[in-house]
Amino acid sequence: MIRPAVAVIPIVMVGILVPAAFGDVRVRPPEFESDYRALSTEAPPARSAGGQYADVTVLIVALTAAGYFAIYRRSRAWLVALTVFSLAYFGFWRGGCVCPIGAIQNVALAVFDSGYKLPLVVAAFFAIPLVFTLFHGRTFCAAVCPLGAVQDLVALKPIRLPRWLVDSLGLFPYLYLAAAVLLAAMGSAFVICRTDPFVSLFRLLPVGKWVQGLGQQQLRPSGGAMVAGRFDLLLPVGLFLLLGIFVARPYCRFICPYGAMLRLFSRISKLHVTITPGECIRCRLCEDSCPFGAILKPTGQIPASAHPGEKRRLALLLALLPALVLAGGVLGYAVSGLAARVEHTVQLAERVRLEETGAVAGQTDLSRAFSELGTTNRQLYSQALAVKGKYAVGASLAGAFFGLVVALKLVSLAVRRKREDYLPDKATCMSCGRCFAYCPVEQHRRSKGTLPEIMVKTEQ
Amino acid sequence: MAKEENKTSRRKFLSRSARGTGLVALGGLGGLLTGKRSISAKDTVWQIDPYKCIQCGQCATECVLMPSAVKCVHSYELCGYCFRCFGYFDPNTTDFNSAAENQLCPTGAINRRFIEEPYYEYTIDESLCIGCGKCVKGCGTFGNGSLFLQVRHDLCLNCSECRIARSCPADAFVRVPADQPYLFKKRDEQI
Repeated sequence: MIRPAVAVIPIVMVGILVPAAFGDVRVRPPEFESDYRALSTEAPPARSAGGQYADVTVLIVALTAAGYFAIYRRSRAWLVALTVFSLAYFGFWRGGCVCPIGAIQNVALAVFDSGYKLPLVVAAFFAIPLVFTLFHGRTFCAAVCPLGAVQDLVALKPIRLPRWLVDSLGLFPYLYLAAAVLLAAMGSAFVICRTDPFVSLFRLLPVGKWVQGLGQQQLRPSGGAMVAGRFDLLLPVGLFLLLGIFVARPYCRFICPYGAMLRLFSRISKLHVTITPGECIRCRLCEDSCPFGAILKPTGQIPASAHPGEKRRLALLLALLPALVLAGGVLGYAVSGLAARVEHTVQLAERVRLEETGAVAGQTDLSRAFSELGTTNRQLYSQALAVKGKYAVGASLAGAFFGLVVALKLVSLAVRRKREDYLPDKATCMSCGRCFAYCPVEQHRRSKGTLPEIMVKTEQ
Repeated sequence: MAKEENKTSRRKFLSRSARGTGLVALGGLGGLLTGKRSISAKDTVWQIDPYKCIQCGQCATECVLMPSAVKCVHSYELCGYCFRCFGYFDPNTTDFNSAAENQLCPTGAINRRFIEEPYYEYTIDESLCIGCGKCVKGCGTFGNGSLFLQVRHDLCLNCSECRIARSCPADAFVRVPADQPYLFKKRDEQI
C-alpha cells in the first residue's frame, strides 16, 4: 500500500530524465529553479587528545610521589592521601580509562596486528608504572591505581587467608593475563575492560558532563545499560567492595593481570619498601600487620639434615617442568575451539553452516546481513577455519605459558631460602606502608624525628 | 665472611642484570612498536560503513556515551528532496505536515523546510539525534538512502574496543584512518 506512493513521486517531480544519472537512486535529485543551493554534509573534526597528555603527567607525578612517600618518607598518611587523590582523579574524574591494566591489551593488539597503531598515551600508561616498579617496587599499586585505591580504602577488617589458598588463587592472574593477551592479540575482545567491576562505580557520578568536556554527553555507567539498570551494574562492584572489607584487595591479589607483571618487575626492583627503617630486631610485632600476607618471617638456621626429602622433591619438580609446560600447551589447544567462538567470523560461520544444512530455520540479523553482502559461504568457512587455526596456535602458547607459571610456582615452593629478618615479599608487597607503624625501630625514629636511613644515605 | 660478601654481591649482580634485562625488554618492545609501525600503520578511528549498516538500532543504546556518538547524517547530493520523505514521515500517516504524530523520528531531530514546489529540504539537528536509525531505514527502504548513520568524531571517545562495534550484527563498524574519518554516501558510489 506504500509502493504506489513511491511510484508516484518521480512522476510528480519536474525535470528532465537522464537515465545514466538515474541509475543509483530511486528518486532523481532535483535541479532547483530558485537560487537555492544544496547544503553539503558536515564532517566535524576529532576532539583533541590534550587531556590525555595531562593524564600522563599526573601519572608520572603520582608515581614519583608514591615512591617518595613509601620508600624515602615512610609515611602511611601521605600514601593514603595520595590514594584518595588517585581514586578521585584516575577513577571518578577520568572514568577509569585509560588504565595500565587495560593497556596490556592494546600493546598485545599492536604487537600482533600491524594495522593497529598503539596510541602514545596508552603506551605510556602501560610502560611507565613498569619502569617505576623496576626502581621502587609496586608503588603503583600502593597509591596510584584507582582500582587498588578503592579497595585499599575499604580493607577495614582483613582476615588472614590460609597460605595454600593465597598461593593457589595467586595463580589466577597469570591465567587471566594469558587469556587477555590471547584474545586481544587475535583482535577478538578486550576482556579486561569488559569484566572490570569497578568502572561502573567510577562512572556513576556524571562528572563527564562538566569535567571531561563531553558537552551534553555523559559516560554511561559501564556502557550499554541505561540509567535505570544501575543496580545490577553496581552489584559486582558492591560484592567486590563487601568482600574487600574482609579479604584485603581481592582484585589486586587474585585477579589483576597487570599485577602479575608487576610482581615479576618488583621482584628485581632496585629499591623496595622495608618494614623497619634500620635494623630488624625480630620483635615479631609486624608479623600480623600485613593484610595481604606479604611479610616473610625469618627462617632461622635450617640444618641440612632437617628435610631429607626436599632435594629429591626439587629435582622431581624440575624434571616435571617441561611436562607441565607441555600439559598446559595441550590443554590450551583443547580449549582453543571454544575460545575461537569469541570471534565474530567463527560465530557467523557456525550459524550459516547450521542454516545451510537445515539444522535451524530462519536467519539471525547477522546471517541476514551476511547473505546480503554477496560473499559465498565457502569463503566464510575458510576464513573461520583460518581464525580457528590461529587460535589453536595462540591458545597452545598461552596454555604453555600458564603451565610454566604453575611449574615455577611449585619449584619456588620447594626452594627454601634462609632469612634472618622480617622482610616484605617483594613480589606480593604492594608498598601500602601499613607495617611501618608496627615497627618499634620506626616508632623510635619517629619519636626522635630523625630521617629514615635511606634519606640520610641519599643526602650524603 | 668473605664467602658471605661474595654471595651478596653475586645476588646484587644478578638483580642488576635482571633489571637491565627488564628495561631492555621494555625498550625493545617500544622500539618494535614505534619503529616498524609508525611507517606502516596510521592512527585509526571507528566508523560505520553505511553500505553494511542494517539499522538494527543498537548504535543508540550501546555507545558508552549518552546520547550516542552515532548520529544520522544527510548526503544532500543523494537526496530527492521529496514532498513525502520516508525518513521524516511515519509510514502510516496521511497528513504530510510537521505535526509530531506524523514524524518517524522519536526526538523530532529532523527539520523539514520548503524550498520550491515540490521540493523540501531535510536537515538533521544532531544535538537531538540519538542515532536510532529509524529514519535511515525508512529512507533506505523507500527512498534514495540519502540518510545514513556515522560516528561523529567531535563526540566519539575512540574506545579501544568500541561497544557498538562489538554488538553490531552486520559487522558494519570498521577502523578507518584518522585523517579520513568519515565514510559518506555519495552519488555513483552506490551499487
